Amino acid sequence: MLYDEDQMSVLKKAVEEETAKTQEKLQKRPERKEVFTTGSGEPVKRYYTPLDNASMDYMDDLGLPGEYPYTRGVQPTMYRGKLWTMRMYAGFATAEESNRRYKFLVEQGSSGLSVAFDLPTQIGYDSDHPLAEGEVGKVGVAIDSLADMERLFDGIPLDKVSTSMTINAPAAVLLAMYIAVAEKQGVSAEQLRGTIQNDILKEYIARGTYIFPTEPSMRLITDIFEYCSQNVPKWNTISISGYHIREAGSTAAQEVGFTLADGIAYVEAALKAGLHIDDFAPRLSFFFNAHNDLLEEVSKYRAARRLWARIMKDRFKAQDPRSMQLKFHTQTGGSTLTAQQPDNNIVRVTVQTLAAVLGGTQSLHTNSRDEALALPTEDSVRIALRTQQIVANESGVTEVIDPLAGSYYIEAKTSEIEEAAMKYIEKIDALGGAAKAIDTGYIQQEIMDAAYAYQKSVESGERIVVGMNKYQIEEASPKGLLRVDPAVGEMQKNQLESLKSNRDNARVKETLSALHTACEGTENVMPLILDAVKAYATLGEICDVMRDVFGEYKQTVNL
Amino acid sequence: MERPIRVLVAKPGLDGHDRGAKVIARALRDAGMEVIYTGLRQTPEQIANAAIQEDVDCVAMSILSGAHNTLLPKVVHLLKEEGADDILVIGGGVIPDEDIPGLKEEGIQAVFTPGTPTQVTVDFIKSHVTPRA
Repeated sequence: MLYDEDQMSVLKKAVEEETAKTQEKLQKRPERKEVFTTGSGEPVKRYYTPLDNASMDYMDDLGLPGEYPYTRGVQPTMYRGKLWTMRMYAGFATAEESNRRYKFLVEQGSSGLSVAFDLPTQIGYDSDHPLAEGEVGKVGVAIDSLADMERLFDGIPLDKVSTSMTINAPAAVLLAMYIAVAEKQGVSAEQLRGTIQNDILKEYIARGTYIFPTEPSMRLITDIFEYCSQNVPKWNTISISGYHIREAGSTAAQEVGFTLADGIAYVEAALKAGLHIDDFAPRLSFFFNAHNDLLEEVSKYRAARRLWARIMKDRFKAQDPRSMQLKFHTQTGGSTLTAQQPDNNIVRVTVQTLAAVLGGTQSLHTNSRDEALALPTEDSVRIALRTQQIVANESGVTEVIDPLAGSYYIEAKTSEIEEAAMKYIEKIDALGGAAKAIDTGYIQQEIMDAAYAYQKSVESGERIVVGMNKYQIEEASPKGLLRVDPAVGEMQKNQLESLKSNRDNARVKETLSALHTACEGTENVMPLILDAVKAYATLGEICDVMRDVFGEYKQTVNL
Repeated sequence: MERPIRVLVAKPGLDGHDRGAKVIARALRDAGMEVIYTGLRQTPEQIANAAIQEDVDCVAMSILSGAHNTLLPKVVHLLKEEGADDILVIGGGVIPDEDIPGLKEEGIQAVFTPGTPTQVTVDFIKSHVTPRA
């Protein structure tokens, strides 16, 4: 027990008296609102005391930084040892154009790369596919083959940078391309550092770039776990993502609950495939959102760390401490940005940056002010990166670890989110696990209910969004937004055509047919994908082989 | 008795962001309309076919991927080819202001950008659908 029993009973009496007295005053002079709530709509009390943390045990529930259950952070020195990785998500148009943006970001002090792919790439279509029309190069860079990947990383030494790739259904193919580019640079796979998102379950739930049905998708993921544990040991093989779940409208507790439930599903799939827990669990990483309610968000990250540590230790009997450490990337909340008075978004992103840093993130992407309107311009990206640099170097919050620990509110909220998340996990377990809960539409429905409740609270004016439903002004249309050249689609198509006439097509056919056989069997597909990639088989060709064997996912549509 | 307004809420293209589409679908339903939601990754052909088969009064498309100039006008053209140009076509999503006049010229009758209250969309549909016999 953290608090002395006698003192607690004195406190209890004092709180009761104070509450009675204040209730009387409130009759005459009510507070601003009848109910006060967090950003997620959870009620909050007027103040918190040790009574709200009566059952807390310091060593069991908090521990020290770098020690189980890692509530206070996964490293003993945190930002005193090394600042978080400032990792700006970027990519648009062609590989050349994106390569220029990456070099700009590195020059400006970005410490890690983060690749955004366009939708055809994310869904395994080449740029000349009919469904790719209008989408090539729009939300990210178009990658059709190893040749594009070589241009994307031209002049960027892959033994020096760490690279995160937001790629899911075809993650194995893009990872293989990265390994092949590195090899051409003379960099071995063992030296490569980075992350692939590789989280298919949240694609079914919230993000939408799925290709294959659940079972073969889980096999691809465990094949990657296995291949990397032997060949690319410093690579984070998955980034289990709550980000998109939150963007789809979930609450903070749902973000933690659904994300960790997905995590459990990946661990179970890997164990079932015969992998040993401590061989792959240290390379699992997470990805969370940062919304505006600073204190709720800080509590959320702390709750997620503690809950994951407990799950890994108690449920999966992990032995290696690294298996129990929840390491995460954060991105500020895109859905919190307003199209109105876009410069106000800089302030929102600052609050969200503080939340992520006070919550102990390992890396961070800050959104740009203009992202409710278009892809960000270079100027906007620079301000977003500077926001991180100012928090890192000027705010002082980096000098002491987990400085909000011990706040009666933060600790109570941390426990509350952990409990609420655990309830969701229990419910999902009862439904047969995350994949089943997605098939029934349960998770999507819960998120949608929260999203609709949020929308209604904004429209009723109960929730104020500055510049959008209050403090509006007459504004001229924003000028100077980034536009992707519509010719990118044609350029990619032309390059594909010349690639296909210049490569060794017999070799391509051979590697694709070997991959086909492997997909039908049970062997690890990674080496065969690597062979196909090196023969300059295109992303679409490789994914078509897998589509042929695995089939395609059919979405559960519900409102 | 007049039948309720029927709306097809559709997600054209490869974009997976469906929060807006689903929120709009629920708001239209709460406003008394009958709503059919297509789910993700619909081609313009699939959307036009569904609109005709479901005999809707309005097609409401949500798109955040930047492919709006390619995909939205196609749906209008396909509906016209099928003689279904009495169906009201509207769009929403991350669409730059400067693209809106062009889309309107192509027959998308309104474009709702981020921050638009759902009631504005409801009212627009109610006052712009072609009245049915």
